[in-house]
Amino acid sequence: MKRQGTLLEHALIHVALVLGVAFALYPVLWVLSLALSPQSAAPAPRAIPLPESVSLVNLSSVVLSTSGGTWLFGRQLLNSVVVSLATAAVGCLLALPAAYALSRFEFVGKKNGTALLLATQMFPTVASAIPLYLLLNALHLLDTKTGLVVCYASTSVPFAIFQLRGAFDTIPKDLEEAAMIDGATRLVAFVRVVLPAARPAIAVTFLFAFMSAWNEFILAATILGREEAFTLPVVLSRYVGEHDADWGRFAAGALVVSIPVMALFYLTQKHLVGGLTSGGVKG
Amino acid sequence: MRPSPPLSLPLLAALALLSPSLARAGDLTLWHAYREGGAEQEALRAILARFQERHPETRVTTLAVPFEGYASKLGAAIPAGNGPSLFIDAHERVADYQRRGLVAPAGGALPPEERPGFAPASLDAVSLGGQLYGIPLSRKCLALYLNSELIPQDPPDLEALLDAPLGPGVLPLAHVAGAAYMHAPFLSAFGGAMLGPDGSYGLDSEAGRRSTEYVAGLARRGKIPEEASGSLVNELFSSGKAAGAIGGPWTAGDLKGSVRYRVIPLPPLRGVGPMKPLLTVEAAFLTPQAGEEARELARFLGSEDAAQIRAQVGRTVSARARPSEAERSDPFLLAFARAADGAIPMPTSPLMRLTFEPADRALRKVLRGDAPADVALREAAHRFDDVRRPPPAPAASGPYLLLLGLLTLLGAGYLVREGRQAAAQGELRRSLPAYAYIAQALLAVTVLVIGPLIVGAGTSFFAGRGDTLRFVGLAHYAEILTARGGPLLASGSFYLVLLVTLLWTLANVSLHLLLGLFFGLLLSHPTLRFKALYRVLLIVPWAVPSYVTALAWKGMFHRQFGAINAILMALGAEPVAWFSRFATAFSANLATNVWLGFPFMMVVTLGAITAVPQDVLEAAEVDGATRWQRLRLVTLPLIKPVLLPAVALGAVWTFNMFNVVFLVSGGDPDGTTDILVSEAYRWAFTRDAQVGYAAAYAVLIFLLLFGGTRALNRLTGARV
Repeated sequence: MKRQGTLLEHALIHVALVLGVAFALYPVLWVLSLALSPQSAAPAPRAIPLPESVSLVNLSSVVLSTSGGTWLFGRQLLNSVVVSLATAAVGCLLALPAAYALSRFEFVGKKNGTALLLATQMFPTVASAIPLYLLLNALHLLDTKTGLVVCYASTSVPFAIFQLRGAFDTIPKDLEEAAMIDGATRLVAFVRVVLPAARPAIAVTFLFAFMSAWNEFILAATILGREEAFTLPVVLSRYVGEHDADWGRFAAGALVVSIPVMALFYLTQKHLVGGLTSGGVKG
Repeated sequence: MRPSPPLSLPLLAALALLSPSLARAGDLTLWHAYREGGAEQEALRAILARFQERHPETRVTTLAVPFEGYASKLGAAIPAGNGPSLFIDAHERVADYQRRGLVAPAGGALPPEERPGFAPASLDAVSLGGQLYGIPLSRKCLALYLNSELIPQDPPDLEALLDAPLGPGVLPLAHVAGAAYMHAPFLSAFGGAMLGPDGSYGLDSEAGRRSTEYVAGLARRGKIPEEASGSLVNELFSSGKAAGAIGGPWTAGDLKGSVRYRVIPLPPLRGVGPMKPLLTVEAAFLTPQAGEEARELARFLGSEDAAQIRAQVGRTVSARARPSEAERSDPFLLAFARAADGAIPMPTSPLMRLTFEPADRALRKVLRGDAPADVALREAAHRFDDVRRPPPAPAASGPYLLLLGLLTLLGAGYLVREGRQAAAQGELRRSLPAYAYIAQALLAVTVLVIGPLIVGAGTSFFAGRGDTLRFVGLAHYAEILTARGGPLLASGSFYLVLLVTLLWTLANVSLHLLLGLFFGLLLSHPTLRFKALYRVLLIVPWAVPSYVTALAWKGMFHRQFGAINAILMALGAEPVAWFSRFATAFSANLATNVWLGFPFMMVVTLGAITAVPQDVLEAAEVDGATRWQRLRLVTLPLIKPVLLPAVALGAVWTFNMFNVVFLVSGGDPDGTTDILVSEAYRWAFTRDAQVGYAAAYAVLIFLLLFGGTRALNRLTGARV
């Protein structure tokens, strides 16, 4: 840390970041104001999102929902956490070796396989919901968290592979070759040497796979058949009916749902910057 | 709680086989889409509790499904044998459900001697070809809410309300003028109907023109709000800023205690005629899986006792001939019952569902003043005729099968040749270790991603559904590529929408990348303080579910009450009608999507920057490189391999990202901000569920993207 920025430089960066934060938070403040209003406010052209009166009634009625004596919201929160963490873990486990192979090995079908992987992302999913449903039905995975995780993880795999391959490409080959000269097998070198060096990319991939599962509700609503099995986004979307919607509670729920994501991000961000402090990878 | 899933699919399948089957005899499942926390859901609970008291041997489980996923869940689950025994839905979908085999005749649940207990119109609404397909539960239609303090006397006609003396800033009527469902009563007053008796487009008529001009006149005279939505109507009425509001029984749920109000049936238009809203009959439908117990429950749901509970708890009007005691003692329900008696049952013909989308668009166009009523309505009629055009004639499958066979042979030949070559050079053997690394990912992606996609793509060669399903070859593709016979660059044609989509993708990806890189680079400054705090705050747009934030953005862009215009006015600028011009509506969509997407690119940048060794940067600095040179010559080239896949995939996702367009501008003005994939979703979900046509759209989008990226790769030599 020998490079000290000037005071002016720091001030400018802070100004830019504060403006960025204002841009990021302003619409969310409207959501917050909606969540804290006990009833709908008088519409008026206002620039500052302040609720007319503040009440936690929306928040508490979302969070404290019960069914037959059990704390339903807690149960559904747990479902969401389990499904999303499992999706992220399975997605990463599937993608890591594949991305490594794409980065380090030459093999027959590599080029076409990569093109195919990218191609899967180009197809709008409009017509594939029913086939997916029938497939899960045939595998007896309907109405299970496992089925949901398997679907989410597979969908997140293509991005995960591309993201990780890009990161592996930046890691010098000498690193694992040195380990292999020291007697490690390739697999051991991959696990012990390459993976730690790719920690930031793994963190990004994990976060991405987690998010893709955390906010999805159409597929979850279609394949889950019991209320206790629902994930939080499904529950949230239940506040929107055919003709009317309970936007206050929807907003309150949406903010609650975003807290674990920010907590997870807070936990993963030390891996995001890990390379800088641990000396990084010497080329 | 299940343990986190093991990796191998066959093991998963085996595990799932062991889990006990859920259903047993005497078990009933009932699905509904009532809003969570709403009175109707409470009423259903109370009714089921009463049923359980009387039938303790039957176990009823309910499942509340989000409305947005309801129709697709019914459509997927019932044919696969996983559906409920019965479900609750609106009568107007019955013809579609019957055609797809989702409902079974319900005559057995309602013996002839019990039928006189129901209002004849309600029974008619759930009957097809003389056969009863559901048990009517409740009736819903629009009526007029009046603020009792502002309007103490019932107005004899709508004009009396519109001309009532009111304080400044108070509108006479809150009404969603841009929605065809809300417009239907005005149309009926002028003697028209949404769907003509011969299946013609009812709005393209003298009555349609006059009713549209009437409502546009109200908007011009400031009698009704601009760009109104259901929630804006609620907010205006419940805060006393509108003296009256047109709403359904569901509107009352949002008005709790905030304002003193009463309800009357929609009054006539002076010198024109009575306003008749559309009537929806909510009914319990039996699925083909229903047994005797399900019929018993359906009968109970429609009974006098259930109607009583529904009136008391749910505050909905029953579908029975005689109002229950609870209904007779509640002026709110009496008013809605009178309104329902005078309402026109929504036609069950699938054509009816096709009338709304073109009508909404035409109404908004006239309200914005972009076109005279007759022109906009004629356009709507053309759209309706275009969508309802009969599906293509069946094609002979012989030539296609031959082609498919040939292609398969060619493909197999190619694989064998490549494989032989590779084997001869020992490449295949050398590839084996790599295959061990990719096998699991390959299996998962092939089975769960590629498999359903191929089957989905296959449906593009078929038209119709259920018993009308037939092979039509490439007919869908031909229709899309010839812009359905219209001019190639007409508004809404495949080619024009493609241009908009390209602009949309390019603008989004550039701004995502720019903002993501900018904040990512700032945040990786080595000696900056509060970095962790900034990072977490900047990721907020990604963390909050986008459904609610996209709607918050839409609200911010509202002409009359939006925050953006409030800021503009505070700065002394003129307010902007954001959704009335392409450029501003496109910018509103863009702002929303950039806001939603830049944190992702920022996180990717943060991860990528860790690959830049500090000592290289320091060496460059020592060598006298300026900050800009260090960024351009050291940092950017080093993070490029990690950013590139995110940019490429981001572009592909943005190309197909219709949610934001759908939620913010809704295609306004006049469908110009729609992107290609919105059209595919419209065909699949709002236009008579023509899945085959939607799939053809999806395949074309896929081919475009695939061809486009291949060409781009060849041009730039990039490896993505």
